[in-house]
Amino acid sequence: MNWKRATIAAAFVLPVAWLFRHGLTQDPREIPSPLPGNAAPQFSLAVFAPGQPPLERPIGDTVRLADLKGRVVVLNFWASWCLACRDEHTGLSEVARGYASKPVTFLGSLYQDTPGNGTQWIAEMGGQSYPSVNDPKALTAIDYGLYGVPETFFIAADGKIARKITGPAPPQVVRHILDSLLATTGSP
Amino acid sequence: MRGALRILVALALGFATPSARAQVPTDTTPRLTRDSALEARTSAVAAQLRCPVCQGLSIQDSPSELAQSMRALVRDQLAQGKTPDQVKSYFVSKYGEWILLSPPPHGFNLVAYLFPALVVLGGGVLIVLAVRRWTTAAPESPGD
Repeated sequence: MNWKRATIAAAFVLPVAWLFRHGLTQDPREIPSPLPGNAAPQFSLAVFAPGQPPLERPIGDTVRLADLKGRVVVLNFWASWCLACRDEHTGLSEVARGYASKPVTFLGSLYQDTPGNGTQWIAEMGGQSYPSVNDPKALTAIDYGLYGVPETFFIAADGKIARKITGPAPPQVVRHILDSLLATTGSP
Repeated sequence: MRGALRILVALALGFATPSARAQVPTDTTPRLTRDSALEARTSAVAAQLRCPVCQGLSIQDSPSELAQSMRALVRDQLAQGKTPDQVKSYFVSKYGEWILLSPPPHGFNLVAYLFPALVVLGGGVLIVLAVRRWTTAAPESPGD
């Protein structure tokens, strides 16, 4: 009789315990992206914030991902209303300046915001070394499976998404990823 | 003379008609009906897609800007002739299966479909066992 009870109890408890184990060993905030390893979605967006020399691009210039093949592209989605974007701004600008002589293109993409607000924010933050483009209907953001800002995508020289950072991108992590991507493409 | 003129006018109209007809859209469904049908299809697909910046809301129910942009994209893709499944596949290719409010029934997702049935089945078995025990124990109770 005791064996029977124990078996019935185990039949209920074990599956529930297994479900708890599955749930507790996963981070519910971490949503896996299917994009890394796949070809980066193409985009063609207009520059609204030029950046600074030597990374400057004229306002109104169209940036096409197709034109950047052979270069490592760092695509950072940001917005002026995003507090976490303030944390990474200075670091990203410095890293971009440091890699200016390497085949690396840094690009900001404005998300759910107006170019006016974006320009004002950049001025308040003391400038941005690399140019930013506008994504008016968030179509590029959706194409990149964006959940929120900031999110940073690393596109390898072969046009595939190599890595993605959700939240503020720490400069040392960005440098590490860039160095490994440049090493695999054979760049100095 | 008048008869000849009438024939000329009729001929001119006859030649004019095909080119004029070519300007008319082939879809004779009223625009309002077409728009409302597209809206209904958009709502049906949008109700199945999760809003990435909300808690458990579909992009149909969410007022967030991202949800509105995604809904507009669903509408555009349906208007371009994509099927609802193709539209959903597009979003799955960008966000993974997480974007679907009802996960497809395979792999670990099966738990969500089978677990409730198993719980009901287990509860039924427990009730049967308990009733059987009470009915067999009742004649032996001291009160009888």
